This record gives sequence, C-alpha cells and structure tokens, in this order.
Amino acid sequence: MTEPPVTRGFVGRRRPARPDRLPPGQYDAGEQWPVLAAEPTPLVATDRWSLTVDGLVEHERTWDWAGLRAEPHERLTVDLHCVTAWSRLDTGFTGVRVADLLAEAGPLPDATHVLAHSSTGYTANLPLADVLDHPAWVVWEAQGAPLTPEHGGPARLLVPHLYLWKSVKWVSRLELMDHDDPGFWERGGYHDRGDPWREQRYQGDP
Amino acid sequence: MSRWRTARIASQEHPSTGLVRLRLDVDDWPGHSPGQHVVVRLRAEDGYTAQRSYSIASAPSEPAVEMLVERLPDGEVSGHLHDEARVGDVVEVNGPVGRWFVWDGESPAIAVVGGTGVVPAVSMLRHARDRGTSDALRVVAVARTWEALPYADELLDAGAFVALTRENLDGRVAAPPYPDEVAPLLDALGNDVQAFVCGSTGFVAWATRTLREQGVPESTIRVEQFGVTG
Repeated sequence: MTEPPVTRGFVGRRRPARPDRLPPGQYDAGEQWPVLAAEPTPLVATDRWSLTVDGLVEHERTWDWAGLRAEPHERLTVDLHCVTAWSRLDTGFTGVRVADLLAEAGPLPDATHVLAHSSTGYTANLPLADVLDHPAWVVWEAQGAPLTPEHGGPARLLVPHLYLWKSVKWVSRLELMDHDDPGFWERGGYHDRGDPWREQRYQGDP
Repeated sequence: MSRWRTARIASQEHPSTGLVRLRLDVDDWPGHSPGQHVVVRLRAEDGYTAQRSYSIASAPSEPAVEMLVERLPDGEVSGHLHDEARVGDVVEVNGPVGRWFVWDGESPAIAVVGGTGVVPAVSMLRHARDRGTSDALRVVAVARTWEALPYADELLDAGAFVALTRENLDGRVAAPPYPDEVAPLLDALGNDVQAFVCGSTGFVAWATRTLREQGVPESTIRVEQFGVTG
C-alpha cells in the first residue's frame, strides 16, 4: 500500500471539540439540518397514513395514525450521521421502538433482514439485529414539533447508529426477510450496513 | 466498489463570485454517466480528512472530470478549493456515484434545474451533443439573475430554455417559467418522458409541482435536492 496523498495547503477546520461524538470523515453541521432526497417530497395526510409489518412474521400487523401514536412511546435525543458527511448532534425525537412494533407481529425464527419501504417506493435494507438489538424507532416528532414532510413526516424510521439513508422517510412498510436484498441506494453502490463509526459508506468498505 | 483514486487539479477558473470551476485528471477514471457525482477528499499533513460530493459537469467523452464548487459560508472544503487550491495540487476522488439520477443519453428527458443545480444538466447537454441525441433532451434552467446562473452562455448556446426570475433576459420579463413555456418542451418529447429535477429544496418543490401540473407522472420524476432547514 502506498500512503494516501496529502493535499498541499489543506489544514482543515479545527479538530472537533468532541471527537467521541463525530465518526471519521464527518463534520458537525451545528443547528443546520440538511435535506437530501431522491424523489419529490410526498404529502401524506395522517388520515391516509399507515405502517405495515409483514413478510416473515407470525401475523401481519398494520397501524393507522391513531394506532401508532397509541403505542407506548418515548422522547429520545440522538446524533444523526449522513453519508454526505454532515452530522447533527443532540437531535430530539418522539416515537415508538421498532422492536416493540415487530414484537406485536412476531418475527419468525428465519427472519434475518428487514427491507424498510417508503410510500414513495424508496427502500433501505438492514440486518434485523440493527432494529431489534440496537435502539431504533418510528418517529413523528422532531425538536418538539411534528415531523415535517421534507424530513420524512408524518413518520419516518430512525436508526441513528447507521448512516441516515437507512432511516427511511415516509416509512410505510417493514418487510422481514430471510436474506439481504439491496435497497435504493445500496443498489447504487452504497453499503449494505452503513456503520458510520466504521465509515461503511460504499459497497466494498470494510 | 469503494476506491479512492488520486487526482490532480488540471484547471481552475472563477466564472463568477462564489464559484470555482475545477477540472480534475483522475488516475484510471472509469468513466461516468451524465447526472452522476464524485466524492472529493482532502487530506491534511496530520491525516485529517474532509470529503464532499459534487455533481459532474463534464461529458463522458471528456478526459477530465469537471465540477463546480460553490463557496459556502465557513466552508471547510469549498473554502480550500476556492482560496488555497492551485493547478497541480493532488486530491482524492471516489466515484462516479449514483445510478438513479442518470440520463442514458437517448431516452426522451427533460431536466428542470435551478441555480448551481444546473451542473448535471450541463453534462447531459454535452453528452447529447456528442451523441447527436439533442432532440431527446430539453433543459429548463432557472436562476434569479444571469450572474447567478452557472454556465449561462453554454446553456443558451446548447438550446436550453433559460428563465431569470429577478431580471429580464432579452425580451423575456423576469418571472419563473410559465406553464405555456414548459408545455411545448414536453410536447416535443412525446409521452414517455423521464424528468430530472435538481436544485434547492424550494426550487425542487416548485419544479415537481409544475411538472405534475403538466401531466408528468410523479413516478417518472427523479430529484437531486440540496438545502438546509434549521
């Protein structure tokens, strides 16, 4: 291996004050919350909103808007890490644990992965363990206010320990599967797991 | 596959205030399609790195990868590329990235682009010229002023429809594109049109609404959006 080249004259910003909070290659976006999307922002009315858990489950379950919000929920504060290199620290949300939703559907023993679907057709694949054994939520509030459409409202998936493209906006379906099936960005060369602390941005990253 | 390639800055121009246009000679560049982007990584002496994504302006036929960098307030990477970078400097490049916001070079397509979002449309127009498929591509480029429209001369010369919203352009009074200005462009393309929209959050909302009102199915609209909310 040859040494990676140094860019003459590049110093970079002062190193982060809290390096324990910023994964490699990320910068602190402060109060800004960038919006990136691959499709037009859908306006999903809450009276037409639903979330279904299906695939390899004992019984398919669907929540409507009132049903979701009647589930036990919590307030949480997490750090967001986008693959485009911004991070937003200490962002507050309100939502339901994905593990609690899945428990009501009863994952079958051979379920190993989940394909999260958006009402737009966008998908992201995740190992099931990343939503069962790590904290993950379906959220409907951010920073104390209803989640806005551009950030995925009425409700989005939130898997904060992975890059944010895994946290599917306008989430409508969690499909449990016995294999990994690449989602929207993953088919385009992005990583199947996407752990920011291991800098798993693209297919082939360790 | 993730692969960082060494690249050298082959040219550097400042087409207007706040913009720098760079051409990079990338070792073993595998080629790209119009609409794709690259990730540029800068490395300091102590190993610290910073990386950002940029849309590609060049056509697949061009040997160098061209990109446009807008100076952002306190921009760590854009600031370096504006003020410090010189021809011959080395950076690293990963890419090309993206398989969604990509034009195949022949299917009927309309690109509705705003501000610095014109960059992928420049690549599409150059590719269409190279392939002789200009009839399959229409571009609507929007900016507040002529000065704020990157590649303004090239866009006009290539046949793009240009709308300025804050100043008159030749005979056209300042305004966003009117429906009756967009409709004939779509009519010329037929029924099976792929739409590409690139720009700020607000621009994308306007452009997708306009296309929907013109009967373009939402499922055929592909978006590249950049913007910030507090």
